[in-house]
Amino acid sequence: MSKTIPFLILVAAAWSARAADLHPPSEATAGNSISILTSGSGKATFYLIGPASVIKRQVQAGSDIAVDGDDLQNSGRYIAILCGSDGCGSSPFLVNPAAPNRLSLQVHPSRVPVASVNGISVVAFVFDNFHNLALRSPPVKFSILPKDEKPVSADRPVENGVAWVRLTSARKQGTTEIGAAIGHADEIRVVQQVAAEACNLRIHANRDKNGFLVETDPVRDCSGNPVPDGTVVSFTMSDAVGKTTVDVPIKRGVAKIAMPIKGRARISAASGVVTGNELEVGG
Amino acid sequence: MKSTLAVVLSIATVVLIGIAWYQSGASEQHELRAAATPEQAVRLLLSQIRARDFDGAYARLANRADVDKDSFVHEFSGSHGSLLTYANLESYDVWGLHSGDEQAMVRAKLHYSTAVGPLDDIRDMKVEKHGDTWKVQWPVNPAPKLPPQVIPVNYLRWDVINRGAEDDWGVQNVDSPQVRILSMNAIQRPDSVVLVGEAVNEDSVPAYVNVGATLLDHDQRELAQESSFDNISHTLLPKQVTPYRIDFPDMRLERIKSVRMDVKALLVSASADPVIAVNQQKLETDPLGKKVLSGELLNESGEIVNIPHVIAAYYDSNGKVIWVSDGYVAQALLPEIPVPFAVDIPPDIAKNVHTYRVVVNHYDTHQA
Repeated sequence: MSKTIPFLILVAAAWSARAADLHPPSEATAGNSISILTSGSGKATFYLIGPASVIKRQVQAGSDIAVDGDDLQNSGRYIAILCGSDGCGSSPFLVNPAAPNRLSLQVHPSRVPVASVNGISVVAFVFDNFHNLALRSPPVKFSILPKDEKPVSADRPVENGVAWVRLTSARKQGTTEIGAAIGHADEIRVVQQVAAEACNLRIHANRDKNGFLVETDPVRDCSGNPVPDGTVVSFTMSDAVGKTTVDVPIKRGVAKIAMPIKGRARISAASGVVTGNELEVGG
Repeated sequence: MKSTLAVVLSIATVVLIGIAWYQSGASEQHELRAAATPEQAVRLLLSQIRARDFDGAYARLANRADVDKDSFVHEFSGSHGSLLTYANLESYDVWGLHSGDEQAMVRAKLHYSTAVGPLDDIRDMKVEKHGDTWKVQWPVNPAPKLPPQVIPVNYLRWDVINRGAEDDWGVQNVDSPQVRILSMNAIQRPDSVVLVGEAVNEDSVPAYVNVGATLLDHDQRELAQESSFDNISHTLLPKQVTPYRIDFPDMRLERIKSVRMDVKALLVSASADPVIAVNQQKLETDPLGKKVLSGELLNESGEIVNIPHVIAAYYDSNGKVIWVSDGYVAQALLPEIPVPFAVDIPPDIAKNVHTYRVVVNHYDTHQA
């Protein structure tokens, strides 16, 4: 706050005095040097107030002032001020972002069930080399690079520095790479397409030495993808002794558990909110 | 004046020493050195156990020749990192069940204080008369042991590589798991409002889950905020369902207009091992007349589970969760060795229970 007030006074003084004239280009490009024409004579102080920086330099009024590209890396509105012995003069000018050359690519979710309509959101933020959001930019090229399949790509326009696309996940599980490219920037994100809920969960039981070995058929989703190993199948068995429940992770596509059974028993299985068939064994 | 002060201080010191002696149970041991009744025999045994004088307690057994001393000590001091290794016997209640001239049966309710709260254990002890003294006949149950073998364990394990602190803003992290609350039921209890229900991990990766709830009054102002704390199975494997319970003490249902539920899920490294079967579950009445859900836990993996924690969900005839109760099991779960458990159910709820489901949480020292 203490620094802002003198600047405001300086700017106000410059606007009101108009003693030394400056003629910067009306628009410049971030990172590019410019030359500002001045009028008047004698020693003067040059100020350049930008969106994220301020520079102060002693100059000779009447000669051109060279502003280095390093001092113009932030896009936005700049005010050039020249203060000489007869007062101050100022002139605003605009620094535009340089050519798009960087991307921030946000892909959500990182895991998605197969066949999720518009289930993947891909958003690209376009920047120039100096991290300025490129408000005007050529289209971003989005690509889908599935494993073992041909890549697909499409251009999407950039609006206010942002380009986006929504994708439907494939029917086959596996990882897919989603890319976005502009200029020299080429970003890739990996999305894991996983099996959806188990579909048609079925169990069968075979006698073993201590009772029954209860096993699921290979657990698949409705698109035929095997449900990933580690997914829990809950077995419930009720017999004369009581009830038994076991949460068994799927291993190599099936879940199985040995159950000691006394007399007749009813066995059922569920995975998440999906329930399977019920067996009646023993007797 | 000086001599009066010295006398007062001496008396105070003697009184304090006396209090300490009484508190330590030594008076009881002194009184019961020769147990004249079956109850006194059990009290003497338990007072020595409370004082952690296991040698003395063991020496008092009627059948110590048949009882393995280490097994006897482990029954009270715990083993294999079980909950009893983090516990102390605080107090006990003893009463006779039936008594004869030579034999009697005495019931003891042991109150432990443990790292996770109070724990009660009920034991029926056979007591025999040896001359003028009653002694406890300790049950000879050789602890089942699994013969040396290799148990192959090849369940999945998930590891997580998170975004690094030095990564750029644009480098996205791995998403948190998708966890959903399946049901919620608010119940008025005499001294509290209790929220019970179930949550499921819908994702294909493990999740560390916690369920919180905020009660809102009729003006949508916050009345209270609580979380499920340990009344939930925190680590959920893909598609695993857990019951949860959230207690709001000193709350009335009439004050609540709505409930804001909040489920938090973190992506964590986890293993699909161990698999713990919950066998022989049944609703019954325990020796003290309380309604309990009892059963046996069976560790089907090759690794010891140090502290098992049982969480049970009870459903009415419409499939609605009407209660969730939990209980820690004092013993560690050794591979393939069944361990009994029992969790309480309030009697007014027990009569409406149509079915139930038990999940087992576990705390392992090697994962801590």
